[in-house]
Amino acid sequence: MDTISQSLALAVAMVAQLDPRLTAIVGLSLAVSLTSTLCSAVIGLPLGAAVAIGRFPGRAPLIVALNAAMGLPPVVVGLFVYLLLSRAGPLGELGLLFTPPAMVIAQTVLIVPIIAALTRQIVEDAWREYREQLRSLDSTWLQSTLTLLWDTRWSLLTVLLAGFGRAAAEVGAVIIVGGNIDGVTRVMTTAIALETSKGDLPLALGLGLILITLVFALNVGAHLTRQWARLRFG
Amino acid sequence: MRSSIFRHVLVCGALCLFAADAVAQQPFIVVASTTSTEQSGLFKHLLPEFEKDTGIQVRVVAVGTGQALDIGRRGDADVVFVHDRAAELKWLDEGHGVKRYPVMYNDFVLIGPQADPAHVDGGKDITVALKTIAAAKAPFVSRADNSGTHAAELRLWKDAGIDIQRVKGPWYRETGSGMGPALNTASALGAYILADRGTWLNFQNRGPLRVLVEGDKRLFNQYGVMLVNPDKHPNVKKKLGQKFIDWLVSKRGQDAIAGYKIGGEPLFFPNAGTDS
Amino acid sequence: MGDAEIVQGLPIVASGVDVVRGATRVLRDIEVTIVPRARTFILGANGAGKSMLLRVLHGLVEPTTGSVTWGGATARPPGQAMVFQRPVLLRRSVAANVRHALKLAGVRGPVAERRIDDALASVGLRALAGRPARVLSGGEQQRLALARAWALAPEVLFLDEPTASLDPPSARAVEAIVNEIHALGTTIVMTTHQLAQAKRLAEHVVLLQEGRVAEHTDAAVFFRKPSSAYGQAFLEGERL
Repeated sequence: MDTISQSLALAVAMVAQLDPRLTAIVGLSLAVSLTSTLCSAVIGLPLGAAVAIGRFPGRAPLIVALNAAMGLPPVVVGLFVYLLLSRAGPLGELGLLFTPPAMVIAQTVLIVPIIAALTRQIVEDAWREYREQLRSLDSTWLQSTLTLLWDTRWSLLTVLLAGFGRAAAEVGAVIIVGGNIDGVTRVMTTAIALETSKGDLPLALGLGLILITLVFALNVGAHLTRQWARLRFG
Repeated sequence: MRSSIFRHVLVCGALCLFAADAVAQQPFIVVASTTSTEQSGLFKHLLPEFEKDTGIQVRVVAVGTGQALDIGRRGDADVVFVHDRAAELKWLDEGHGVKRYPVMYNDFVLIGPQADPAHVDGGKDITVALKTIAAAKAPFVSRADNSGTHAAELRLWKDAGIDIQRVKGPWYRETGSGMGPALNTASALGAYILADRGTWLNFQNRGPLRVLVEGDKRLFNQYGVMLVNPDKHPNVKKKLGQKFIDWLVSKRGQDAIAGYKIGGEPLFFPNAGTDS
Repeated sequence: MGDAEIVQGLPIVASGVDVVRGATRVLRDIEVTIVPRARTFILGANGAGKSMLLRVLHGLVEPTTGSVTWGGATARPPGQAMVFQRPVLLRRSVAANVRHALKLAGVRGPVAERRIDDALASVGLRALAGRPARVLSGGEQQRLALARAWALAPEVLFLDEPTASLDPPSARAVEAIVNEIHALGTTIVMTTHQLAQAKRLAEHVVLLQEGRVAEHTDAAVFFRKPSSAYGQAFLEGERL
């Protein structure tokens, strides 16, 4: 209990003073996870919608694979991307290892399945509702995809939030491909891991509380947005 | 409305990546080093001095010695800075590096619980202490992670005439982790553990642990720095990397190392130019 | 309805149509012709296959055997619209829903805006143009679905029990709109289980019995003297 109250006090002090190292770490965490969420959305939303609407051989196994891939262990993804980006690996020429873009790539790989699988579920439910009317209106496959994605946008916001939450909370992938370099690739989760391993538990816990608060606040925001949208748009 | 949101989001994403790129305009090198050097706080003290002198940013990836050498082998770092002489020489032999420069040394200490079930406190001979611990089957935490510290620990068991792989039992806990997590484990278990003095001095979660055996010449821990072979990996920044190495072994660098103290005690002792 | 393009998707001829769903033959041996400009009503007991026949005629369902042609063509032409029992509306404003349908039909810009305005005015929803479609009442939503069809100026309008879930005043409003659309030249094909509604509105009747066509004749003839025993029993309201 002593450590926890110490951590609380430390966390509040850090935030109040806007400790520059803290803001740098938090800023990088947000930048990396938001960028990877964005990239995953660009890939995952259309992918999920296409699988929801399309009828093609191998569709059922693909859905099972997407759902299973939601549980990809971050550390395995990290190792895989590390081997890809290492100078000794196929994409070594890009020189991306141990930089923030590498972290974005790893997190994108991690959360694309989440966004695609959840989008598929949501769009498939909406498709069931709209299918006949859209076909009656001669909507093409592409037009229907876009219409459904836009119409379910508030549910999809929740999906993006789930993806962001997973990205912001993981440490296994970013620590391997980023190297936890002070001032360059150190994010909240890797900083917590480092401080814990140094035995500086109050600091680690303080950072952890800040991370939890951030993610919690975003979830509350999204929930309220959905409530408002439901009232406004029905 | 839909397209304007999309445009906003694209611009933000692009800005983020461009900003990251702009930061990278400053010249930098990637140094693969060990957790003990980083967690002791040495780099925090040393690197700003180097950056002031040369304008070069040093990006340290701190992992175990084994992994650091592997990173160098793959060409993902420009310089390797570790503390396992035997492994370093082997690495050079295999052609992964250019030349080894001794930089500094510190020592290992045997840490243990206040209760000291094996009664090794105050001893001056590490091999005697280890023999006693093994005989008493007292709890002992090993990093078991291919690090310099782990390699040193295995060497000391051998020096004590103990075949630890044969003799080990439930009392010998192999955590496969860095120095800090291993110390955390030892603190929680009340176990003995071999640690480098630098990390120990910086470690805050001591619990019942204290230094029990120190000063044995066998506990000497030498650090060496090497440039990754640019013939094997053309991407290595050999000029900037060599500047770092030269700085470390120069009077300026050596003085900076000696100047790093915690509670008045220096953690590392510069010894460049010696045959270590 | 006064458009430059003439789309000849009529008459609609279903010939030898069977529709099988799983183990059930929902429609069997259907021979139906939808003539231009008529108000054709499809009648039958629950499960007789009315909705399925409607979907076949609109081209939403492919027959298992047999064929459907629209003005001789084997592919469904544009210029048809459908209104479902429960209105399917997007999470957008009332006007945006109509705009969406027009965009799919290739109509944009000021031309589209004028048609949206006309259509909403015709169904009495102009004042609600900016309201989110899904917060409207059931009757209002169905009128919006009709406005959407109206704006498309379709050659044929299919309606699947459009007033089944509405209260009588809303139902009357919907019927009035359907009549207006018909008056502008659209062919109407509608299913209903309300005999009174059929008596009010039908010009032509198709009676289905367990997936087969029992009667296919003028409404006046059917309601006065049906030619089949089933038809007679149906009119007398026996439970079949």
